[in-house]
Amino acid sequence: MNFFLETLIGGLLAGTMYSLVAIGFVLIYKASGVFNFAQGAMLLFAALNCVSLQEAGLPFPAAVLASVSIMIVLALAIERAVLRPLVGRSQITLFMATLGLSFIIEGLAQGLMGAEVRALDLGIEDVPITIGDIMVSQFDLFAAATAGILVLVLALLFNKTRIGVSLRAVADDTRAALSIGINLNRIWQIVWAVAGIVGLVAGLLWGARQGVQFALSLVVLKALPVLIIGGFTSIGGAIAGGLIVGAAENLAEVYAGPLLGGGITPWFAYFLALAFLYVRPAGLFGERAIERV
Amino acid sequence: MRNILKRTVLAATLAAALMGTAPVTQAATNEQFIPLPTYRVGPYASSGIPWWAGVIDYLRYINEVEGGVDGVKLVWKECETEWSTDRIVECYERYKKGYNGAPTAFFFTHSTPASYALMDKGVADRIPLVDPAGGRTESTDGSVFPYAFPLLLNYYSQASVGINYIAQKEGGFEKLKGKKIVTVFHDSAYGRETQAPMELLAKKYGFENIQIPVADPGNEQSAQWRQVRQIKPDWVFLRTWGVSTPVGIKTAARFGIPVDRLIGDVWAGSEADVLPAGAAAKGYQALAPFPGGADFEIHRRLRKFILDAGKSDLKDPKFFGSVYYNIGLINAAMAVEALRTGHRKFGNRPLNGEEGGWAFEHLDISDARLKEIGFFGLLQKLKLSCNEHEGGGAARVQQWDGKKWVLVTDWVQADRKALRPLIDAKAAAYAREKNIKPRDCS
Repeated sequence: MNFFLETLIGGLLAGTMYSLVAIGFVLIYKASGVFNFAQGAMLLFAALNCVSLQEAGLPFPAAVLASVSIMIVLALAIERAVLRPLVGRSQITLFMATLGLSFIIEGLAQGLMGAEVRALDLGIEDVPITIGDIMVSQFDLFAAATAGILVLVLALLFNKTRIGVSLRAVADDTRAALSIGINLNRIWQIVWAVAGIVGLVAGLLWGARQGVQFALSLVVLKALPVLIIGGFTSIGGAIAGGLIVGAAENLAEVYAGPLLGGGITPWFAYFLALAFLYVRPAGLFGERAIERV
Repeated sequence: MRNILKRTVLAATLAAALMGTAPVTQAATNEQFIPLPTYRVGPYASSGIPWWAGVIDYLRYINEVEGGVDGVKLVWKECETEWSTDRIVECYERYKKGYNGAPTAFFFTHSTPASYALMDKGVADRIPLVDPAGGRTESTDGSVFPYAFPLLLNYYSQASVGINYIAQKEGGFEKLKGKKIVTVFHDSAYGRETQAPMELLAKKYGFENIQIPVADPGNEQSAQWRQVRQIKPDWVFLRTWGVSTPVGIKTAARFGIPVDRLIGDVWAGSEADVLPAGAAAKGYQALAPFPGGADFEIHRRLRKFILDAGKSDLKDPKFFGSVYYNIGLINAAMAVEALRTGHRKFGNRPLNGEEGGWAFEHLDISDARLKEIGFFGLLQKLKLSCNEHEGGGAARVQQWDGKKWVLVTDWVQADRKALRPLIDAKAAAYAREKNIKPRDCS
């Protein structure tokens, strides 16, 4: 029983790391209906920025602040150079634009800051602590707390500020929002900047675990089933989806893996997502699209 | 306007005509061409950049300090492949006939999937496919695979060297009986390749062989290492690749597996594998047919003639002597020694693929020769033959001290005699499948 509980808790905590990546997708999808394929590249770019600045001699907090500024500048540049010229185009056009953007950002990141693997030490030891008979990762607890704080901050931003109200208005009905004078370009700039900062947080946590390297951009593959399960438009859904995927894939690997040849975590998450699509196509917390036909 | 158009068409025609004749007019008579399927950008750039710097630095050293290989100058061209099999195959097709009149004598695939993909083409084109510490294991049997060379240390030998080292640490093979040895492997053809030899060695020595796969890319492994902890292993053989190695080392530490009980495979033993794992990697050991370090004689020569002269391909000198840089050096040295072997038979001139195949098959690098070329301790002695295309079958073991790799053993030899029947059986099955009549190598 202890082993089951430990696997379950470990899986739930690992899932919060997936949620961190998924939140970046949700922000942009919520505000613009665009599935941002470049989120993984932004995560890599942000983390590479931070370690490069640290290597250049900046203390960690200063490197983080500088990286936040760089992500804001990147967001402004993306809005101006990629999104604004494509306003009014179909969602698939915008999706394809983000696809191209991901390759440009990846190439730019490696070209400017080097391709070698860098270590990143956040000062949080990746060692277990024992609670009762259950072993829990200290680092995973830190990641879960970070995700919790991030959700809280984003909830405050969306619900308690004027910018948040504008963001929600755009998400609910873009034309109505435009008709009352909300500046769509400004909203996109803000959303992309916030998604970039969320990418930085996720990039730092994943980078601390696996090193800052190209493979960071692949962690988005873990976010896709999370989004399908949680819904593309809900930050709470991204958290719930992450927890479900983390727990389910860990339990499946331990209990079903030996029967299926092992190494089942990647496809099992997608299998679960597919099952959810049958039952709840919009995800657990996603908004159902109702269209007049 | 019409005149401008006319002139443009005329200029374009002339340029095309000149370009068409260029390979003939510039045809080299005493140059050996070496195609390099590199990956300096993309997901594997962090290993590719120092790797090809090592290759190019050594080739430059041979050209500029030694005047070429027996007077034959080396010329090379890179194809950027991003380690993608289709691009490696395209690179092979582009350069299999050489470049500007300089022939191709061999093609280093640097990729097991590409070695598989090119297997039939290599035979048809008579171009030796060389894949040190990789490739198709059964191609060790040269009677069935005349143009494939899994040089140095094939995958079966990697498993055997790992077990032999564990036996050394335990105090003898008899002490392996009843031990639990877990292999955590990248769930791919590469990762699964050592399952058969581990099964054989487990039967021979009586240890418990447990295999646990990690699916690609392996950036979350708590489920796997939770199982490992339950097993309470005596040793863990880590056959991972890329990001799955540092994540594996860190997760092992998180689950209380002592790091000095982990033994990394060849492709889980570079700086890129341990640096991201931080303090958790201190004490981690790995098989090293390509040892790290910049204190070998060849490094002294390269520092003097290439690095200090500003001719190195290495942009960041901190990678001088890194494992990947040394892989490049070792591969280039084996290629150069194969060319010398060929020159003794065919004369000091550029070799074609068929002659290159003969040269690799007769490659014999003794300790004395390793000392002459500055590779003693860095490269194992090699002796290939018609039915023996591996040549070495040994590796040293290196341990990460938190800052650098420290070699902790001399060359540990694989039990090739025990492994050979497995290899022969696989090669025979391949021959039956492809309707190949094995060469007589007696």
